[in-house]
Amino acid sequence: MNAITPITTTLKDWESDQEVRWCPGCGDYAILKAVQRTLPEIGADPANTVFVSGIGCSSRFPYYMASYGFHTIHGRAPAVATGIKLANPDLDIWLVTGDGDGLSIGGNHTMHLIRRNLNCQIMLFNNEIYGLTKGQYSPTSRQGTTSPTTPLGSVDRPASPAAFALGSGARFIGRGFDVSKELPNVLKAAHAHRGAAFIEIFQNCIVYNKDVFEDFAAPKGAEDRQLWLKNGEPMLFGSEKTGGVKGIALDTEKLTLKVVDVSDGDWQAAGVIVHDVTNRSIAHMLVEMPFGPFPMALGVLYDDPRPTYEDGVLGQDAKAREGKSADLGKLLAKGQTWTVE
Amino acid sequence: MATQIAEPEASTRNHPEAVVVRFAGDSGDGMQLTGGQFTLSSALSGNDFATFPDFPAEIRAPQGTLFGVSAFQINFGSTEIDTAGDAPDVLVAMNPAALKTNVGALKPGGLIIADTGEFTKRNLEKARYESNPVEDGSLAKWNVLAFDISALTLESVKPFGLGNKEALRCKNMWTLGLALWMFDRDRQPLIDWLNGKFRKNPVLAEANIAALNAGHAYGETAELGGQLHKQHVDAVATPAGLYRTITGAEAVALGLVAGARLADLPMFFGGYPITPASSILHYLTGMKEFGVTTFQAEDEIAAIASAIGASYAGHLGVTSSSGPGIALKGEAMGLAVMTELPLVIVNSQRGGPSTGLPTKTEQSDLYQAVYGRNGDTPMPVIAARSPGDAFECAIEACRIATQYMTPVILLTDGYIANAAEPWAVPDPDSFTPFPARFLDQPNGPDGTLLPYARDEKGARPWIKPGTPGLMHRIGGIEKNPGTGNLDYSPGAHQTMTDARKAKVDGVAKGIPAQDVCLGNTKGTLAVVGWGSTFGPIHQAVRRARARGLDVSHIHVRHIWPLPENLGDLLKGYEKILVPEMNTGQFKTVLRDQFLVDARPLNKVSGQPFTIAEIEAAIEGALG
Repeated sequence: MNAITPITTTLKDWESDQEVRWCPGCGDYAILKAVQRTLPEIGADPANTVFVSGIGCSSRFPYYMASYGFHTIHGRAPAVATGIKLANPDLDIWLVTGDGDGLSIGGNHTMHLIRRNLNCQIMLFNNEIYGLTKGQYSPTSRQGTTSPTTPLGSVDRPASPAAFALGSGARFIGRGFDVSKELPNVLKAAHAHRGAAFIEIFQNCIVYNKDVFEDFAAPKGAEDRQLWLKNGEPMLFGSEKTGGVKGIALDTEKLTLKVVDVSDGDWQAAGVIVHDVTNRSIAHMLVEMPFGPFPMALGVLYDDPRPTYEDGVLGQDAKAREGKSADLGKLLAKGQTWTVE
Repeated sequence: MATQIAEPEASTRNHPEAVVVRFAGDSGDGMQLTGGQFTLSSALSGNDFATFPDFPAEIRAPQGTLFGVSAFQINFGSTEIDTAGDAPDVLVAMNPAALKTNVGALKPGGLIIADTGEFTKRNLEKARYESNPVEDGSLAKWNVLAFDISALTLESVKPFGLGNKEALRCKNMWTLGLALWMFDRDRQPLIDWLNGKFRKNPVLAEANIAALNAGHAYGETAELGGQLHKQHVDAVATPAGLYRTITGAEAVALGLVAGARLADLPMFFGGYPITPASSILHYLTGMKEFGVTTFQAEDEIAAIASAIGASYAGHLGVTSSSGPGIALKGEAMGLAVMTELPLVIVNSQRGGPSTGLPTKTEQSDLYQAVYGRNGDTPMPVIAARSPGDAFECAIEACRIATQYMTPVILLTDGYIANAAEPWAVPDPDSFTPFPARFLDQPNGPDGTLLPYARDEKGARPWIKPGTPGLMHRIGGIEKNPGTGNLDYSPGAHQTMTDARKAKVDGVAKGIPAQDVCLGNTKGTLAVVGWGSTFGPIHQAVRRARARGLDVSHIHVRHIWPLPENLGDLLKGYEKILVPEMNTGQFKTVLRDQFLVDARPLNKVSGQPFTIAEIEAAIEGALG
């Protein structure tokens, strides 16, 4: 359950005594701080919080949190988390994974955890590269990425984590990036969502894929390149300074999104969409919205809860147990028996 | 139980000591069901028995084909029965393909009951018979009783107005009725069972009962020229008490439930469908009131990973599979060894490698169980010898897993999983509880926490997430011997590797000394077995000893670590013979561990050993 008894902690209470071993300047540091800053604000209890990870740079995360933590094996964190949650649904579980761990070797488990809707937060650190194994291209690397295994450039088209999650049946899609001040708000919204909350966090691997997100993450020109979505508010970006305010509207003939000019301030006349986090059709368009012609969609893209997996399983179990006594002697003697005098 | 040898050939015509019957037909003919019900009838008559269901991997193989034949063999008697029998006395062949694939096993002079209604030109062709074997004299060394069971069945169910196809489905009940007459059995339990099975379709219930009665009446009234006669197999002398039939899959499920209760833990079972292990998951889904949570995972890896997660959170995590699935679980087993969490892994072995023989039995995953992981990854391994024994082995697996904080492998096989035997229902209170303990306060100096401190058995404390003040991190990476913090210094890896090995080696101190189950503690020849070869080895040794040969039977349950006295015991024999349904895996382990000259006897045909095969090997070894 996310609704745990609020307890008072500070950022320090969430820092473990272990030396952090990421490369200096790695985006992971900023994400770690964002999480450690968020948890006190949502009243989380370190004794009741479990960070579960797979393998990769991101997956070292649990060692640095002063909560319970389980650093499992490559790609399998979602499956381990499913067992933990079914055994103790009161635990608050955060999954930490990466583009290789969560979408390549563990893609299957990620899909099934999401479709089952296990109540947990999934933070997928997307740096579009294999960091810990020294820079091979990953399933989210852009086409043409040169790496030790693709010296002539990668041929395969990349997977889109948010589109994958939504296609798997996700009921919450959030997006942020490592150094963004908005990241804690996305984490808070994910935590408040009962069910599998998927958060794609763009993370800068300064050694093997430096500044690959700079196009939209750089502070300069950010207003033009980032669309921070807020529920109930029009999808506006840009400013007078950067060449005018623009908005995202629906091209009703082509059933696609389009960028419209709202320099005159009349976004309603321009048909700018008011963000409704429960609109699944628009969510599909937002996760597929190509960066370049469009800004990067960030914040809470979709949030429409459904019953959780553990509630379903444990509810069914409880019902099956109703009125039955756990008489082992009777169970052993079930079926057709006979007595030898 | 009686200890004299079951010698069917010594039986009298109307009062045999033991009989072996094989029902064979098309996979759609309901032979497994017929065999199962005949088994139940044998149980209710007080016979001891062992069964061997043998069916194709295809669910509905094309009708009439040789590879679509499904068979069920039962050996029942008034003496102790340890195997499903070497050679059938009676073969019921529902079509030419069933005759062709099974008649070779029939004892010379044995009885063939064949349904001539199915011996059509087309079916003969499908079975690759050039002429009708029932008419061409090729079955001369057996007694052939061929008549049109199909037509007789149709006639018997005529009043119920069933379609031709549905009516013919009652053939198996007609045949069962005849078999019940032949062995002087009560029809009422079968009638009750049919009424229950077809509760929602009373017409089908009545039709099947009519067919059953018709088959029975046919035996009673037809002039069969002395070929078919009524026989009565007496009840076996067994200790008083309550009995039931049990298959290995049922026994494993029940043993796990009992084991979790003895450990005072809820159980989490993560599984993925695979033949022949799925039925354990099926059974456990019906036992939720015993604190069982079942989870059908997306794959074998998720099945074990979820069980590890559940163990981490304080449940008894269990997963089960067969060879190929166990291979997929290998990496996660390493994680359970490294994080030192309790876990039970059941492997219902089948023929391998790869997909191999999904529905046939083999014991070829012993290396995989003992050695099959990366790194120095010791894990206790236990093997069940029979369906009933699987119950106790499952409890033992739960005990070792929770007491030593380790994953444990329980080996059964396709034969044990599917075969049925009578089982004396145990009193659940007769087992000693082994309640699990959880750490609830810091265990180190000055209020520090040491998740990898060790008790006298070498086990680390079990700490449930959610416990205030005991927050810590674990993982698959090498760790500091006490704190469990990430540590790959040379000393830490040496210490931890040694500690993991010492802990698993130490399991041997808590298990019974190896005994000799038949014969003497020293002598000329020891036949050493493990797993489901128990039955044929035991009977073969018994027969050889009855003929005065100096041979003893040692059956090993604890495959890893081996009982501490086993090496000395083996050295008391001049020769050691190890029959296995693989190419010599346990033989290699024994040689490696004890430097003894263990000799192999191997069979990998997908069929269990016959008693005669082992007897011959014993004679060969002593000759």
